[in-house]
Order: sequence, then structure tokens, then C-alpha cells
Amino acid sequence: MINQFGADFLGLNGTLTLSSLLSQMGSGLVVTGQVFLITLLGSLPLGVLIALGRMSKIKPLAWLMRLYISFMRGTPLMLQLMALYYIPYYVFGIKLNLLNIDVQAFGGLMVNIPWVMTACCIGFILNYAAYFAEIYRGGIQSIPRGHYEAAEVLGYSKAQTFMKIVLPQVFKRILPAVGNEVITLVKDTSLCFVLALAEMFTIVKQIVAAQVSMVPFILAALVYWGFTMLVEFLLGRVEKHFDYYHD
Amino acid sequence: MASENILVNLEHARKSFGDTEVLKDISLTVEKGEVLAIIGPSGGGKSTLLRCCTLLETLDGGSLSFADVVVTTDDGSGAIYADKKTLAKARTHFGLVFQNFNLFPHYTVMKNLIDAPVSVQKKPKAEAEAKARELIVKMGLEGKDDMVPCELSGGQQQRVAIARALMLDPDVLFFDEPTSALDPELTKGVLKVIRGLAEEHMTMVIVTHEMAFARDVADHVIFMDGGVIVEQGPAKQVIENPQHSRTRAFLHSDS
Ligand SMILES: Nc1ncnc2c1ncn2[C@@H]1O[C@H](COP(=O)(O)OP(=O)(O)OP(=O)(O)O)[C@@H](O)[C@H]1O
Ligand SMILES: [Mg+2]
Repeated sequence: MINQFGADFLGLNGTLTLSSLLSQMGSGLVVTGQVFLITLLGSLPLGVLIALGRMSKIKPLAWLMRLYISFMRGTPLMLQLMALYYIPYYVFGIKLNLLNIDVQAFGGLMVNIPWVMTACCIGFILNYAAYFAEIYRGGIQSIPRGHYEAAEVLGYSKAQTFMKIVLPQVFKRILPAVGNEVITLVKDTSLCFVLALAEMFTIVKQIVAAQVSMVPFILAALVYWGFTMLVEFLLGRVEKHFDYYHD
Repeated sequence: MASENILVNLEHARKSFGDTEVLKDISLTVEKGEVLAIIGPSGGGKSTLLRCCTLLETLDGGSLSFADVVVTTDDGSGAIYADKKTLAKARTHFGLVFQNFNLFPHYTVMKNLIDAPVSVQKKPKAEAEAKARELIVKMGLEGKDDMVPCELSGGQQQRVAIARALMLDPDVLFFDEPTSALDPELTKGVLKVIRGLAEEHMTMVIVTHEMAFARDVADHVIFMDGGVIVEQGPAKQVIENPQHSRTRAFLHSDS
């Protein structure tokens, strides 16, 4: 009853009820959330390694990381995703469906992870790590030399100085910039539509085309917005945690 | 022999930045319990001298040792530094107090004090805390244990920095203009603390622009200008009755 009313109100044609629209969007949102989380888990630490390489005294390594960052930031993410997806086939001649992997999840359940999902996640991780690396580098270089010198005179090792004195301060300083990237990532996950990964935007786009209705777009916009507000809220909590000092 | 009492021995120190020679053949010794003040005009090389002594800069030439730990030797061809382990050992002999404090802003006062003893010297935490609490009282910082540096005045921060250096029981404490970032009122508190340390015969090398303080607290004064020691001697003599015309000009322009 409510569904029927909702569907009429929303102008959806009879073949798609509101509840089915929402459940399809919901399953898309789960995939969106997975890409989002996996990307952060991979790119945040990878960025540290790239930043350290970029600042390394080993010149070829620093140069290579510079090139990497430049390329990742200088070419479209959409292009990177597509290239990554097709590389195994075009370069190595591997049939793409062979790259679907089965993983044993909790409780012995077998889950199939399609190559398109893996490719999207790797693509996002490689791309976002480049941005994070530059943010980290800026943060690390903003720590006054005097702190390094004080630590040196007090006898801290290089590793101790970095882990105990530099990194915690860097963390506070880069939070706003990292937050920006994280918010961008929420929406960038929609780029997965180029590989037809069944995340929320891909699904919504298909429904819009089939139903000749703008409503799913409006709903999707609200969901993305809600997602980013959640992220903003969480980032605010983390920032508050570091509010106890300023420099 | 008196040499047993020599804690710092620097001979024929030379240091250049590019083409500018900043230290030209500087020699000095610091004896146990001595307070040495270094004065002189801006750009004279005082900070560079202190930074070389505290291993933040490397000497081009000259020899440096702390008690029996030899940091550099020089057979005439330039300074040859000892291995890393020896340098680490040398660092346990001295502390340094910076002009701009350089406290760790994310640590509380207590954590600033105990972190190096606990994570560098591997002292038990309780022992370090007990010692820190003593120093906090001694520095007039009661009740500030859990504050972070940004909640303290400059003078209080500098006293925390002094306490942080003292936590590691250095034989000699170097100060680079410890009060020049402070207004006169806050300066007093810091100078009082340093005066107190002098009365306990803490060995100190202090770069300062506070002439009255240098005269009253230091045993010896070195006047540096243009990378050389122009004049040195007992504090009262150098400051009240300077022999060299450059020293006289400096002392008159300064006050
Ligand atoms: N890292 C550096 N690179 C190049 N030149 C330097 C460096 N550090 C110091 N100098 C130069 O060495 C000279 C001596 O500087 P130093 O800081 O030792 O003088 P100072 O006596 O401490 O002066 P002030 O009273 O202003 O602190 C100056 O001419 C300065 O420009
Ligand atoms: Mg100076």
C-alpha cells in the first residue's frame, strides 16, 4: 500500500517498487562502502611508504616516487581504473575471469570476489596513496627543525624521533587535508561505473535509464551526502581528540 | 693535575658555511663546576660554537672531547669524528637549552620530562617520575605536570626545557640565549633558576646578552666577535674592565 503510493508519488513505473529500488541501492551501497574502506586501509599506510621514499636520501628512489606521484595525479583516475582492469588481458594475455578469486569468509562461507572489484580497489589505493603521500610529506616537513635537534641532543634514535616526536604531530597537522581526500573518496567511488562494478552509482544509473526517472539520482545524491556527513562527523571526533594542544 | 676536572675540551675549532668562516681557531676548556658565559655581537659565531659542541653541526677542523670521551681529533688535516657509538656516549655528557625551548608540544610537562629517561636511558618509569616531580618543584612549576607547553608562559616553558635537560643528569649544560625570547618579567624567573643551578655548582656554558647576569653568575667570560675569541678572563674583569677596544665598544653599545 505504502509502496504503491510511494511509487506513484515518485513517478516510478509499475515494474519497480520503491522497496525494490531501495534494496538495489542498498546492495550497491554495500559495495561502495567496501571500496571506500578497502581503499583507505590500503592507501593510508602505502602513502607513508611513498612519502618516505619521496624524501629518501637515495636519489633514484626519491626520483622514482616523484615520478609515481606525478603520474598518479597527472592522469585521470577513470583512465587508471580502466587500464588496470584490462592490463592482465592486453599485456599478459590472462583471461579476466580467471582473476576472480574465491575467499573463505567468516563462518566458512565461500565468497567470490570478481576481478572488477579487485581492480577497482587496487586502482583507488594506488591513486589515493599518491595524494596521501604528498599530504604526509607536507606535514613531515612542517615540523620545526628544533624538535629534531632537541630529540637528537636528548639521545633519541632516528626511528624514535620519527615515531614519537614527529609522527604524532604530523597526524594532527594533516587531519584536515586527509579529511578532504576521504570525503572526495566517498564520491569518487562512483567512478567504478566505468568498469560496471555494481556499486551504488552504477546501479542507480542503470535504473534511471530503465525507468526514465530522475528520482533514483536524487535518492543517490542524498545517500552520498549522508555518507559524507557521517565521515565529517567521525573526522570531527578525531580532530577533537587532538584538540588538547596547539603549536 | 687539573685536567681530571676538565669536562669540555675544545681545541682549534674551525667551521665554515660555504665561503664564510664562522669559527676561526676557537679553543676553550670548561672545568667541573665552572660557569662560562659567552658574549658578543650578533653573527659572531656564538650559536655555531654551541651547536658544534653539542654535535648539531660538525666541525671542519679541531678536536673536541667531553671528559674521557673523544668526539673529534685533528692531526692537522681536519676534524676526524669518532664512530656513532662514541658520539652517542658523548651526548650523555651534555644537555642543551634552546632559545625557543623546543619542547614537544604534544606531550604534557611530565611526559616531556620523563620520555627521554624512559625511552632512551631505559630508566624505570616510577623512578623518572619521582625525579621529574622533584625538578618540577625546583623549577617553580608546581601543579603544571599535566599541562601541555601551549598552556604555559614562555618563561615556564623554558624552565620545563631546563628540567628536561637536567633529567638526563648531564655533566655540562649548554644554553643558547635562554632568555632572549622572553620579556623582562619572564626573564627574571629563568635567570633565577639558572642562578640556583650555579649555586649548586652545575657546570654550564651560557650564551647570553644579559651582561649583569653574566658578571654576577659566571666564573669566566668569553667575548667572541667575527669567529674569534677576542678577549676572555674572569667574569668581573672582562665585563667591568675590558682590555680590548672591541669588547669595550660592544659592552657600551649594548647597555
Ligand atoms: N646553517 C648556516 N648556513 C649558513 N650560514 C650560517 C648558518 N648558521 C649560521 N650561519 C652564519 O654564521 C655566522 C654566525 O652565526 P651564529 O648564529 O653562530 O652567530 P651568533 O653569534 O649566535 O649570533 P646571534 O647573537 O645573532 O645569535 C652568521 O654570519 C650566520 O649568517
Ligand atoms: Mg645565536
